[in-house]
Amino acid sequence: MIELPANAPAGVITADVLKSDVGCFPTREQYFGLVSAFKADGFELCADLCGVDYLEHAGRALPEGVEATRFEVVVNLLSMSKRQRVRIRVQAGTESPAVDSLFPIYPGTEAMEREAFDMFGILFNGHPDLTRILMPEDWEGHPLRKDYGAGRVPVQFKEAPGPR
Amino acid sequence: MSEPTVRAAERLEPLVVETSEGAQGLQRRETTPASELSREVGSVLRVDGHAFDPNSVDYERRDDETMIINMGPSHPSTHGVLRIMLELDGEFVLRAKPVIGYLHTGMEKTGEELSYVQGATNVTRMDYLSPVTNELSYSMAVESLLGIEVPERATWIRMMMSELNRISSHLVWMATNGMDLGSTSMMIYGFRERELILAFFEKTAGLRLNLNYVRPGGVAADLPDGWEDDVTVICDTIDERTYEYDQLLTGQPIFRERMVGVAPITAEEALALSVTGPLLRSTGVPWDLRRTMPYLAYDQVDFDVIVGTYGDNFDRYAIRLNEIRESIRIVRQCVEMMPRGDYRSQDPKVTPPPRARIGESMEALIHHFKLFTEGFHVPEGEVYSAIESPRGEIGCYLVSDGGPKPYRIHVRAPSFVNLQAVPLLMRGGSMSDAITVVSTVDPIMGEVDR
Repeated sequence: MIELPANAPAGVITADVLKSDVGCFPTREQYFGLVSAFKADGFELCADLCGVDYLEHAGRALPEGVEATRFEVVVNLLSMSKRQRVRIRVQAGTESPAVDSLFPIYPGTEAMEREAFDMFGILFNGHPDLTRILMPEDWEGHPLRKDYGAGRVPVQFKEAPGPR
Repeated sequence: MSEPTVRAAERLEPLVVETSEGAQGLQRRETTPASELSREVGSVLRVDGHAFDPNSVDYERRDDETMIINMGPSHPSTHGVLRIMLELDGEFVLRAKPVIGYLHTGMEKTGEELSYVQGATNVTRMDYLSPVTNELSYSMAVESLLGIEVPERATWIRMMMSELNRISSHLVWMATNGMDLGSTSMMIYGFRERELILAFFEKTAGLRLNLNYVRPGGVAADLPDGWEDDVTVICDTIDERTYEYDQLLTGQPIFRERMVGVAPITAEEALALSVTGPLLRSTGVPWDLRRTMPYLAYDQVDFDVIVGTYGDNFDRYAIRLNEIRESIRIVRQCVEMMPRGDYRSQDPKVTPPPRARIGESMEALIHHFKLFTEGFHVPEGEVYSAIESPRGEIGCYLVSDGGPKPYRIHVRAPSFVNLQAVPLLMRGGSMSDAITVVSTVDPIMGEVDR
């Protein structure tokens, strides 16, 4: 268990995750402030950002006081000076998931947030260019959602081109 | 007699529609929002604190002075199906935007349908030039959730195989980079040397490319008889040949013209863009997970982390060339120090019973059957395991709900993240430098699109 950075928002819940990582469970309001505080505290690199859809695993283990929602955004920060990783899991919402974009803090999250939007439909407020990244522009639905039904939905392709 | 018609003009509009990626592509200046424009020209990185400064963006330029052209997705020097849209002023790049997803096959979704035993066959196909590191990060994540120990010999075999894989991956990079710059002999040499390593992989794992060799609990098979000699021959040959590459490329004036000082990136920019691997080390940041956060037995072998100074193309070339030599050093030490023992964990939960037992014991047969049909159950939890692939930090974020299949498997692909540096590196350079940028960033599209 590590100390949170000095200027982190008050009341962020932390818990030990496995052996080495530290997990923080901020609310959506605390999320941006907490990541900014970590950045100021020497976490230079945002290693990874991804979404998780907990539709079929709603009863997952969470520390007391965290209100579980269907979607979760998981951020892995890396401090090169301290040689330490920290994981931030924010409950992004159930019906219309949305969190603040980390782009102003770590511009490198741009593509990762676009991927999370493309795959889960999680919106990132303040992202400069929130478009699909892996799926075609006219694709319907968000494939990594648990209720997407892979194999049950007919494959969509662009209309076959006419003769050249 | 009918009038002659020009058919090309009629086709223009449909062609644009067919190839359009809509909002994902590069938009004309007048239709691009200010925040997006400032990101595309990299101005968010050029000011302190990465705040948006509208003054640093050139809004004055009009659309009729510039031209948006398309490179790829099937351009020979985009190393796969990478599409890059470039806004050009004459021959110079003003903005660039990679459009990806042409190779997206939903491998993370597939991973949720495969058991933990089968999972390694899925992740090995992501970064097809370094399959061992993919499998390794996945297997380490599974083992971490299971809480099982891997025998020492398996650890060393894994280390040796991933270093051999690093050599082969960098050799392909040397080959394709040489090809992009017009040195076709380098291309032949690189693939020739890589063949030695692939032959050894085939001898060991049975496959050349998608090995499925590193599995949760250990590795698939022990090293073949006489492996020490094979590996020593590979090391001797490639070590000697790296000096030939030196002679062929390093001092070559045409090669240097296109590499030295071209497409530099600073350490601050690289860190802000979450870039890792040779691209980050070329800026002078000595960050290599093998050294800074050791996994396997990297803390017991002797090797140097190669670091550049200027962050330009040439530094990235020099780092990869020297990393081949450092990997050879590690492989030689593996040959010397390889411990005896099991090549996989003897934990019956993940390891099938020995072949001989299946014929004589009903329980062993049932156990074997259960392991390969249902698979093993992994305790509930989530884990992120990161290791150093030839391209940077490859991480596997695994969520388990206690069942025999991963609830969510996410791979932090180094190429996917490093690709964000491409617009910054291309900006201001000429069109021909753009080719070298794609080459030295070394994106593997299978991993970018997953």
